[in-house]
Order: sequence, then C-alpha cells, then structure tokens
Amino acid sequence: MIQLNEISKSFKIAKRSAGLRQAMKALFVREYSHVNALEGISFRITPGEIVGYIGPNGAGKSTTIKVMSGIMVPDSGACSIMGYTPWKDRVAYVRNIGVVFGQRSQLWWDVPVIDSFELLKDIYKISGTEYKANLELLTETLDLGALLHTPVRQLSLGQRMRCEIAASLLHGPRILFLDEPTIGLDAVSKLAVRQFIKDINKEKGVTVILTTHDMNDIEALADRILMIGKGRLLYDGGLEKFRGQFGEKTMDEAVVQMYREYQI
Amino acid sequence: MVLYWKYLTILFKSQLQYRTSFWLLTAGQFLVPFAVFAGMYFLFQRFGQIEGWTFYEVALCFGIIHVAFSLGECLARGFDAFSSLVIGGDFDRILVRPRSTVLQVLGSKFEFTRVGRLVQGIFVLIWAVTHISVDWNIAKAVTLLLMIGCGVLIFSGIFILAATMCFWTVQGLEVANIFTDGGREMAQYPLQIYEKWVKVFFTFIIPFGCVNYLPLLFILDKTNGSSIGYMLAPLAGAIFILPCLAIWHVGVRHYRSTGS
Repeated sequence: MIQLNEISKSFKIAKRSAGLRQAMKALFVREYSHVNALEGISFRITPGEIVGYIGPNGAGKSTTIKVMSGIMVPDSGACSIMGYTPWKDRVAYVRNIGVVFGQRSQLWWDVPVIDSFELLKDIYKISGTEYKANLELLTETLDLGALLHTPVRQLSLGQRMRCEIAASLLHGPRILFLDEPTIGLDAVSKLAVRQFIKDINKEKGVTVILTTHDMNDIEALADRILMIGKGRLLYDGGLEKFRGQFGEKTMDEAVVQMYREYQI
Repeated sequence: MVLYWKYLTILFKSQLQYRTSFWLLTAGQFLVPFAVFAGMYFLFQRFGQIEGWTFYEVALCFGIIHVAFSLGECLARGFDAFSSLVIGGDFDRILVRPRSTVLQVLGSKFEFTRVGRLVQGIFVLIWAVTHISVDWNIAKAVTLLLMIGCGVLIFSGIFILAATMCFWTVQGLEVANIFTDGGREMAQYPLQIYEKWVKVFFTFIIPFGCVNYLPLLFILDKTNGSSIGYMLAPLAGAIFILPCLAIWHVGVRHYRSTGS
C-alpha cells in the first residue's frame, strides 16, 4: 500500500554567524550549507498496520511525513502510495489521506466546531449520506456531542485534539498520518486519543502512521517501529523484538541507548 | 464558486465574533478615502479644472478605481496576508486538501471591514455618474462595469505577485504596496496629467491606464475615431492576471521542493 524507495532530500540552509558585523555581511553575501534531511529511506507498509515512526528532533520524521503526504517533493527516490505518487497527483491523492499536525490546528478558530466540519464536507465533496454516517460514528467514539457547538478557541487542548482527529477522518481516508498527536495532552485525553486510534484502525482498517516522542504511545499502539536518525532508517521491525534487545529496560531507556549506539 | 461562498460564510461568522472592532474598522475604512476625496474636492474648488478635466470627470475616475481597489482588497486579502500562512505553516494544510491552492488562499481570508471603503467609493461613483454631463447608453454602462471588473483583476494580480514573493523571502514585501496603494493613488486621476514614462509604465506594464484612463475617454466622448479599442481596453486587466497566476504556480513548486 505504501512503498518508499531510496527517498532522499537535502536542504540549503543559510549560514549565520554571531556578531553584528557578520549579520551585516549576511545582508549582501549569503553562504549556504547543505543538510541531508533524508538519505535513502526505504520501507513498505501494508494496509491496516499501525506504524510508530520515532527518532530524535531533526532526524527527518517530519520531512518523511511531508513527502508522504504530498506537501514536499524529494530530490530523488520513488514513492508509491495506493498507486499514486504523492507529489504528482496532489489533488487526486490527498482525498485518500488524513493528516493531523499536533502542533497546528486545521479548524476555524472563532466558529463552532460543527461549522468547520460542514466546510470540510464541501472542500472534500463528501456526499450527504457518507458525511452523516462518518460524523455520527466520530461523534460517538470520540465523545464529541457536547463539543460540536462550542467555538474552537474555547476548547481545551485535549478536546481540540479530538476534534482535529475527527476533522481528518470525515472524508473516510484509507491512511491517517498523525504528527505528534498526543503532544501536550493530559493523561485522560492521551488515553482517549490512543483508544480511538486503535478503534478506527480495527473497525475501518485505516492504516496509521504516527510520529511521537512519547514511548507510551508507541507501546500502546504500534505493532511496528520505524526508527530514523540523521536521515537514515536505523530500525524497522516489531515492537517485541525491539524490546527484546534491551531486556529489562523501559522503552525510553531503550531508545536512548539506541540513539547513543548510532551516535545520533 | 459554491465553495468560495461557503468559505465567506464561515469567515463572516468569525468576523461577527468581534462586533465592536468590526464597526470601528469599517467606519475607519470609510473615512480615510473620504478625507482624500475631500482634499480633491477643495483642490478643484480652488483651481476649477486640471488639464481640461472637470471635477466630476475626475470624481468618476476616482470612484471607479476606489471601488475596484476595495473589491480587490476584500477578495484577494488572503494573498495580501499570505506571509502569515507561510510562516505559520498553514500552507502545508492547504497542500493536503484536494482543492486548488488559489481558491484555498482566496478563501482563507476576506476583509469585511474594507466594505467601508467600498461604500465610500460607490457613493463617489454614483455622485459622479449622476452629475456628469454624459449621455449614458448601454455601451457606456457596459464599459463602466468592465473597467471596475478588470480593475479588480489587476489589483488581485498584484496581490498574488506579492504573495508569491513570500515563498522566497518569507516576510511579506512592503514593496508591493507601491503598486497597490500607489497604483490606486495614481489612477484616481486621469493618466494624462502625468509624465510620459509614468503613462507608459501604467499602460503597458501594470495596465491601470487601460482599465481607467483609456475607456474613460470613450465614456466622456473625448476619443477621436474608432471607439471599440477604448471600450475593450479594460480587458488588458484580465490578461494581466494570467502571468501572475503562472508565477504563483512557479512559487508553489519552489515551496514544495524547498519546504520553506
């Protein structure tokens, strides 16, 4: 369903040095350095999997998500998702995916949640019956009933995240990308979000790819871990096997040790 | 088109959350150009006319360009405020939705308070149209509407160009205001009163002259010979927006390959 083959991406970053003098100089002459964000990433994901995508900050997680969701065009490599090349048929492709950026909202800030949903219905051209069925299911499983008529700015972070996830699933996507979905949530909301991801995966067979720094998310959800560091894929395999390598250690300790071993 | 209307509805609902600020801003937008117009009125009271143009003729010119500008600013406000979309990362969100980027950026913002400026422009326009000594007929009325419509396109085109620059510089460039605000201030007077290079620039590069001055000559019966060319001159505004949209798509492609 998802297949990445030798995806590479490098960025040009302007060099900055300290001092007013250097800053003045930078106004006229810019020096650039190249950063390789991704260096030949390859993996496949089959339908119905939940994959945890982990790695330290700046490892290339977000870049991979951006490539897979069609936002960014890689320098080289091939990617095929449900038969589409994400960055080529953007409009046709993105109809099949849902994306949640944990740090940013996709809802309209000043109006009740339901208004945002109605607009998304028109943006995605969701048919009336499908919209109704999906909304009903999401309202029930995410317990949104009381929230739908509240303006987004009055919601707590946990409530908002539940609405964000619902908004990404209204059009019934086959794949769901979650970029740090539990960041900043309290314990209750975290559990609710995790439970829901599990449910939607089991009931509707939605393939889920989630990035996170919270190893509890991974333990609760993922059957499989992809670990990335310095733009390379370092580990790809089952959660149990990953744990097995480190004996009694907790997930956090195991990951730290992994990072250290690979000097990332 | 239907979707654009839906976008407007949700933005209008958002705007209504802040009623006091809405009314104050609208009133402000009404009064600013009013002051400019009052200045023009007293100028003509003192001097009678400028290079053979009477007050009502210039008022017509003023009304058309201000209506076009305020409509353009309302509609294309999303492009005018585009740098915030790029900086906030919300442009990524636009790219993962199955609609054209232009439509989504247009729908991201609508400046309802600019209606104040629009109303003021319409007042001046109606006042000028009813007082001016012109024999109105269908051809002239159509030309007038064409002037406004294509004027909107030119202003929108400049907003789009300015927004496209954000893909490279991230921060919005104030440079573009020279052409939007500046173009408006220029074009509220007949182009005839300016230096030659100014006329050339605003006829062939940014065709404000084509949506305002040239067809105005036709409406005021100041043309010699064939008038059809003057009537259709505003279409230059429609042509102007095409390269702007093309450059926009180049910008989007740049964004998607650099991610910044």
